[in-house]
Parts: sequence; structure tokens; C-alpha cells
Amino acid sequence: MSEEVVLLDFWPSPFGMRVRIALAEKGIQYEYQEEDLRNKSDLLLKMNPIHKKIPVLIHRGKPVCESLIQVQYIDEVWHDKSPLIPSDPYQRANARFWADFVDKKIYEIGTKIWTTKGEEQAAAKKEFIESLKLLEGELGDKPYFGGDNLGYVDVALLPFYSWFYAYEKCGNFTIEEECPKLIAWAKRCLQKESVAKSLPDQEKVYGFVLQLKKAFGIE
Amino acid sequence: MSEEVKVLGNWGSCFSRRVELALKIKGVEYEYIEEDVYGNKSPLLLKYNPVHKKVPVLLHNGKPIAESLVIIEYIEETWKGTPILPEDPYEKAMARFWTKFVDEKCLPALWRAVWSPENEREKAVEEACKCLETLQSALNGKRFFGGDTVGLVDIAANFIGFWLRIIQEATGHGDLLSAEKFPTLFKWTDEFVSCSVVKQSLPPRDKLLAFFKARVAEANASK
Repeated sequence: MSEEVVLLDFWPSPFGMRVRIALAEKGIQYEYQEEDLRNKSDLLLKMNPIHKKIPVLIHRGKPVCESLIQVQYIDEVWHDKSPLIPSDPYQRANARFWADFVDKKIYEIGTKIWTTKGEEQAAAKKEFIESLKLLEGELGDKPYFGGDNLGYVDVALLPFYSWFYAYEKCGNFTIEEECPKLIAWAKRCLQKESVAKSLPDQEKVYGFVLQLKKAFGIE
Repeated sequence: MSEEVKVLGNWGSCFSRRVELALKIKGVEYEYIEEDVYGNKSPLLLKYNPVHKKVPVLLHNGKPIAESLVIIEYIEETWKGTPILPEDPYEKAMARFWTKFVDEKCLPALWRAVWSPENEREKAVEEACKCLETLQSALNGKRFFGGDTVGLVDIAANFIGFWLRIIQEATGHGDLLSAEKFPTLFKWTDEFVSCSVVKQSLPPRDKLLAFFKARVAEANASK
């Protein structure tokens, strides 16, 4: 039976990037389909009727939605190569906890940084740095959150690094000043081909954010 | 080897009760420690969940795990016995999908509808009902979301299974979950609460009703 894997995605989406990294780490061949979110394809609407969002992973014709669920699915199906989730139940729980933390904090707070101004933006920047510092604490002295290799939390967090430049420009601050360890971690991950080919250029993302700001009338 | 399992929880919290239900399904003995989440948080809670400072927290041989759904997956992987998740990776992904839908869409929408001011109520109720309708479709003729037995999605939806009808009684608004609007979902709530292992994990009905009646009265008094 064909292993046919299709990914419906949108290039600046950090959620899509998570799946790209996971697929690349496992060496899985797949068909990438870029979606125009202002004109969603019939396939997207059919495969994710409830949320109508990307990324959608289609494996043997069946859709899996939600990026962290997709990453876990990929890890479980292609379990022989480059495991992302630890095998020990306690370490697995710890990895899930921190991936959930990334989901709850980084995207929403990051979005506030480029969509707001004044006090609201200042509060968002503060909370953003605090969240990154907690993640630095979890990283500790390990090269990756996954230990010696890329793991689930690395995959969950890395995509947001491609948005850091946009956050910094919009928020007028430097993340590296406050969180040097985390930036060092991100640069270390980018040495890996699976990561480098899955993440868009930061300047390109910033250009996209500027377009969005213009389109939504955000100063 | 002696196993020490403790749960830091709150009697009325559906999230805390999810964890207790999962432990009971697996037949795991545990020590329950009540946390006063409305008053001062205990040193124990702050020590074992410094990031979120919330219940529930599971302590297994002294090692803490926070976030109810993370805890439940840990329980599933640590103790054999009645499975909470399917084995097949695709079915597992579907169970996780619906669980996330309950947690991130249904529950916030329902909570907003329950407490929304009169002038915003109609819209809030409409949104919450859309969520319930979508969730109902996931039952797809099954007795439980998990099939013949209670599974992850059923556990995650415990608020809808038990809390919601009690809250509707407390507020006097029955326009969210009713047998007329959502017959199969309503039937599921009956199946859910009559399950013996679920019954053991639920808070006392009268106490919960009194609690919500008091909160409704507070909310009305401050208008």
C-alpha cells in the first residue's frame, strides 16, 4: 500500500513548520501543498471541516489535524527512526507538559506583540520573555530539549524562532539580550538540515507580518 | 515495590475529577489532597506546579505531573488494565483531536454562555450550541465517545456529562444542553453518569448545585 503522505500547509505557519520538521527528521517523503488561506482548497475544507485550518496531514487518504497531534502521530507510525517523544512515561509527560506550555503561551503572546501597542504590547513583551526564560530553565545545560537529539519540545518551539525577528522589530526589543541560551539553542538546531529546510527566512516572515499589519490596518 | 500516588485537587473542579476518574478506571489507589483554590494556594501546590500553580497535580513516587490531559496520558502509559486510549495511531489521533476540541472550544464557549450578560447571551449561546452539535457528531452511534467503554474523550467531556446540567439548573437557563436540542449527546450524559466508575469520581450533586447557586446569586448581586 502506498505510504502516500500529503501536507496541506501555509509557509509562514509555525504549526505547519512543526510537521515539516517532524517529517524531515524521519526522512518521510511527502507532497507539500501550499494553501491560499483567503481561498481555501476543496481538499482542505473536506479534510478539516471542523476548523478549516492548516496544517492538515493526510496519510493514506485519512486526515490528521492539529500540529502536536500530527507530530505525535508521525512519531508513533514511523517509530523506527529518530524518535521525538521519550520512551519513559515520566519524561514523556514532561515533554507533553512543555509542548502544551509552548502552545498556551508563545503563539498568543507573540501575536499580541505584533498586533498591539503601548501598555498592552509592553505587558505582552514582559510575559513573552518570562515564558522564554521558563523554557530556558527547562532546557538547562542540554543541547536540545530532547537531550542529545531533537525532541518533541524542540519541534514544538523551534518554528517560533522564525518569527522572533518580526516580534523584535514590531516590539522594539532584543530577545537574545534576555534569553541568550534560547537563541544559542535555536541556532544549534538550525545546523540540522531537517530544521533548516523547514523554517522560512526570518526577514521573509517579517515581510509577511508587515503585509498583515497593512491588511488589518494595524499600525 | 510500594507505589505512592497522590492527587492535589479540588472537590468541584472538573479537571481535577478527570484525573480521579482515570485513576479509578485503572484501579489505582491514591491519596487525595484537597486544595483551596479560591483561598491561599498551599506550599505543596506551589512547589509541585510552579509554572501554572493550578490543580490537578499528580504525584507519583514524589514526582509531579501537571495539566489534566498530560496526567491522563501518563496514567494510561504507566498502569495497564482497562485502556483509556485506542492502540491504533490513527484512532488515537482522533481521540486526541476530539479531546482538544472539548478543552479548547466547547468548554470555553459553554463557560462564556453560562456567565454572559443578557445582551451578549444570545450570541454566546449560539456559539456554544454549535460546539455541542459538532461534538455530538463525534458520538456517531456509539454508547460512549470511546466506544463501548469510557475513554479519553468521555473523561475530557466530564464537564458536559455532569457539571453542565447542574449549572443549567442553578441559572434557570436550559437552552444549552437539552434532550430536544441534542438528543444523542443528552443520552450520552445519562450513560456517562450511570457508569459505576464515573459515579465514584463525581462531586456530590447537592453540594455542586449549592455552589453554583451561590455563584449565580453573587453574579446577580453585582449587577
